[in-house]
Amino acid sequence: MGKLELIALLPIIVITASAVVVMLLAAFKPQPGLLNGMTLVGLLLALAALVWADELAPLQVTPLLIIDRFALFYSGLVVLAGMVVTLLSGRYLATAGKSVEQPAGQSHLTAEYYILLLTATLGAMVLVSSRHFASFFIGLELLGVSLYVLVAYLAPFGSARATSLEAGMKYLILSGVASALLLFGIALMYAEFGVLEFAKLGEIWSEPDVMDNAIVAVGLALLLSGACFKLSLMPFHLWTPDVYEGAPAPITAFVATVSKGAMFAFVLRLFADTNAFAHPTVCIALSIIAILSMVGGNLLALLQNNVKRLLAYSSIAHIGYLLVVLLAGTTMMDSHAKAGTALVSEAVGFYLVAYFVTTLGAFGVVTALSKAGNGQDCDQVDDYRGLFWRMPGLAMIFAAMLLSLAGIPLTVGFIGKFYIVVLGVQASMWVLLAALVLGSVVGLYYYLRLIVVMFLRDEKTSEVDSMQMHIAPGDQLVLVALVALLIWLGVYPDPVINLIQAAGLSRF
Amino acid sequence: MMLIYLILLLFVGGLLCWLVDRAKLADVRWVALFVLIVALGLLLIAYANSEGLEVAGRQWLLGINIPWISRFGVALIFAMDGLSFLMVLLTLFLGIVAVLSSWQEIERNSGFFHFNLLWVLAGVVGVFTALDLFLFFVFWEVMLVPMYFIIAVWGHENRVYAAMKFFIFTQASGLLMLLAIVALVYFHHQATGVLTFNYFVLLETPLSETVAHWLMLGFFIAFVVKLPAVPVHPWLPDAHTQAPTAGSVILAGILLKTGAYGIIRFAVPLFPDASAQFAPMAITLGVVSIIYGAAVAFAQTDLKRLIAYTSISHMGFVLVGVYAGNELGMQGAVMTMLAHGMTSAALFAFAGAIQQRIHTRDMRKMGGFWNSAPRLGAWVLFFSVAALGMPGLANFIGEFLVLVGAFKNYSWLTVIAAGGLILAPVYTLLVIQKVFHGKQRIEGNVVDVSSREIVMMALMAVVTIVLGLYPQMVLDLVSQGPVVAPVIETPVSGLMVQLSKG
Repeated sequence: MGKLELIALLPIIVITASAVVVMLLAAFKPQPGLLNGMTLVGLLLALAALVWADELAPLQVTPLLIIDRFALFYSGLVVLAGMVVTLLSGRYLATAGKSVEQPAGQSHLTAEYYILLLTATLGAMVLVSSRHFASFFIGLELLGVSLYVLVAYLAPFGSARATSLEAGMKYLILSGVASALLLFGIALMYAEFGVLEFAKLGEIWSEPDVMDNAIVAVGLALLLSGACFKLSLMPFHLWTPDVYEGAPAPITAFVATVSKGAMFAFVLRLFADTNAFAHPTVCIALSIIAILSMVGGNLLALLQNNVKRLLAYSSIAHIGYLLVVLLAGTTMMDSHAKAGTALVSEAVGFYLVAYFVTTLGAFGVVTALSKAGNGQDCDQVDDYRGLFWRMPGLAMIFAAMLLSLAGIPLTVGFIGKFYIVVLGVQASMWVLLAALVLGSVVGLYYYLRLIVVMFLRDEKTSEVDSMQMHIAPGDQLVLVALVALLIWLGVYPDPVINLIQAAGLSRF
Repeated sequence: MMLIYLILLLFVGGLLCWLVDRAKLADVRWVALFVLIVALGLLLIAYANSEGLEVAGRQWLLGINIPWISRFGVALIFAMDGLSFLMVLLTLFLGIVAVLSSWQEIERNSGFFHFNLLWVLAGVVGVFTALDLFLFFVFWEVMLVPMYFIIAVWGHENRVYAAMKFFIFTQASGLLMLLAIVALVYFHHQATGVLTFNYFVLLETPLSETVAHWLMLGFFIAFVVKLPAVPVHPWLPDAHTQAPTAGSVILAGILLKTGAYGIIRFAVPLFPDASAQFAPMAITLGVVSIIYGAAVAFAQTDLKRLIAYTSISHMGFVLVGVYAGNELGMQGAVMTMLAHGMTSAALFAFAGAIQQRIHTRDMRKMGGFWNSAPRLGAWVLFFSVAALGMPGLANFIGEFLVLVGAFKNYSWLTVIAAGGLILAPVYTLLVIQKVFHGKQRIEGNVVDVSSREIVMMALMAVVTIVLGLYPQMVLDLVSQGPVVAPVIETPVSGLMVQLSKG
């Protein structure tokens, strides 16, 4: 491996090194503030390294990793999301109080938190840079194993956080099953073809009747099921609401964005390299999954009285919308409208940016109102009753995030949805578009309901009211930045669109 | 550029209201009023200095085209012709009326209220002037959100339900329009290789008959929900009834007109042939709305709800006029829009004033107000008479022209529509009788109109009279504006046409 390859890998190396540094710091100088700062510095350095590596892209580093613009773009997205989560975690963890097992102090536990956050980010970066099933699986497990612990992280703090442990166990077991499915799918492919690189797999797949081979078909089905599970698409979504509810609020934000976003970026690359989904049966299956997710996710969200669960179902629907883009790409690849496929990776990129900004913002508001030491986060709809009259700024930020999730113009969410509609129309997928409209309208109802609750003038005061909380400066900074981004990208998306176009995959 | 400044002024003015209120610097009502008067001045200056451009065979007073999202060929295209000018004028004028009408009603967070008010107006001005379809859609949605807040936060007892219904109806139909817009642009791109949302370019999109028909429906449904016509009207009575006075004034006076404007500007010119084929259906919907709205209004006991149903009836005339297929009908439709803007706004302002005085909208609890508030009674009588179509006032001109225009092609339907003119006096005079005559059912006196209310009413009354006595200036502005929906010469089969052809 030469110097160039090392520079290309620098972002990944920086993150790894920061994890080690944070671990050492935790041993010698275990102060939460310092650990938080160090994590931030590490992520910032990684961001700088990404810019440096950009000059070399695209570069294949070992058969396992490819550092191209696509990988760098999604790595940047993941690192930025990691920074937001780190900033949100500072005050949140400081309110955790003392752990049961460690009466001396909670700082060691905080150290684990940041180490795991860094390794999870690392896993996501590997995931988006992989063009080989081996590196894919390493990245996936690095991300997954870190998250198992993080989801259950607050369990030892007092007795009240029982849901946290439950969520962690659920995530561990179900995610383990999904990993097993993926692994088995990969193994079947390997048994049949003897290759793990996507590029070679693509060549084999492009032969006409390869799908008639039962082993290949089963392998692909397993692979898709595993991916759908990680993306929590219906009907593989059962873990999502519980994990979202039980995990500490900043980690929920991380699971919702980084974990799903990286997985989707990977699926997009697999799709571009191999065109594995072009088979009609796969298309039909994915269409059904997309429709179920768009309509079902939104319908189930209607029934929720817990904001984190509500956002969980909403995220199911949003990934469902994204699936429409993939399907549009598949359809157009076969038909005459090939020119339209140029939009696919652009649409996915923009939609994910929009989804990251709004989801991080929404969970950021939940985090800013919550305390890790309490039995649960500030996640009951009733907690938000009359929020506008107590904290107008925070309520407006939350309202902006919800409107963006609903896809109202002047927010980034609208441009994202617009991309999907454009692709859907180009591919003439009217049934999927009808499901999208239906899902959006249902979605509107629960987003609006949440907004209305914040404006209600009730005599009944909630817990939060009596506390008269102040928002920590770090949280303020993050939330204001996210809202500014939300409006900026909603009003003037051109610069980011250009950036994403540059990060397109060669196939599109 | 003037149009962009105008919209920005309203957006910034809204923010200013909020900030001023939070800093407790001044009375936001005066700030809002000041911003609106400046905007009105700006509009008139722009109109006076307009050079007049000829685009797509029509006269435009002013326009601007700046690239925006180059990826999709979206541009900031604002332009104003006679129709847009009238609509923007109406918007700013009724904006002032709205601020005046809610002068004392809003107690809590008045800054945020006026922020929303000015943002609705900014959105509406955008809708009336945007000629890039993407931009138009953005403004179409932008005007919804603040309106939603106005109803949901400052509305009456059942406000959350009403606000939700309003938003979901319009948003659902708006998404259909978005699909239609994107599809239209896509077909244009396929046919010509040019990716643009520019209205003037898209006017020349070659479309197959079926495609044009479906796309036209996408636009039509979105607009007719806003108008509203039967059977997509159910949001209107709730929203109008539950909104605070200023909200009702803006909803009835301005927001309903965006639907009519959309049909005139987009649904018909973009799809002329499909619209011509669809005209009998649209006119039937209009006629049903006229009769249904009037009949249901008659059965109401809630004062604001009654006025809300009359809106459905009056807007039915607009639908008939637009699809009548000739210049007269179109002029009548625009005239009705302006006239209805005045009278419905005035009547809602009264309903609000009465509710503020006696804390109910239930007409069964009213009666005999003439004794204690004769001036209030006189003003209501004036606008009621205007609403029922008294010759000499604006509404008469509008509805008369609509009927004359439609009679040529759709004589039988027009005859039924004219029945609305008989029903209108019944329900309007019923209001006068129930509220102002008979035995007084509440204790004490009703406070008569204040000087603020007199100013507000006098403004609207003057406009109503001037438009009624000298409608020619409006008619001239309209005729250089939109194109007229063509009529198919050969009869199409089907009951509807049988009916309409007599």
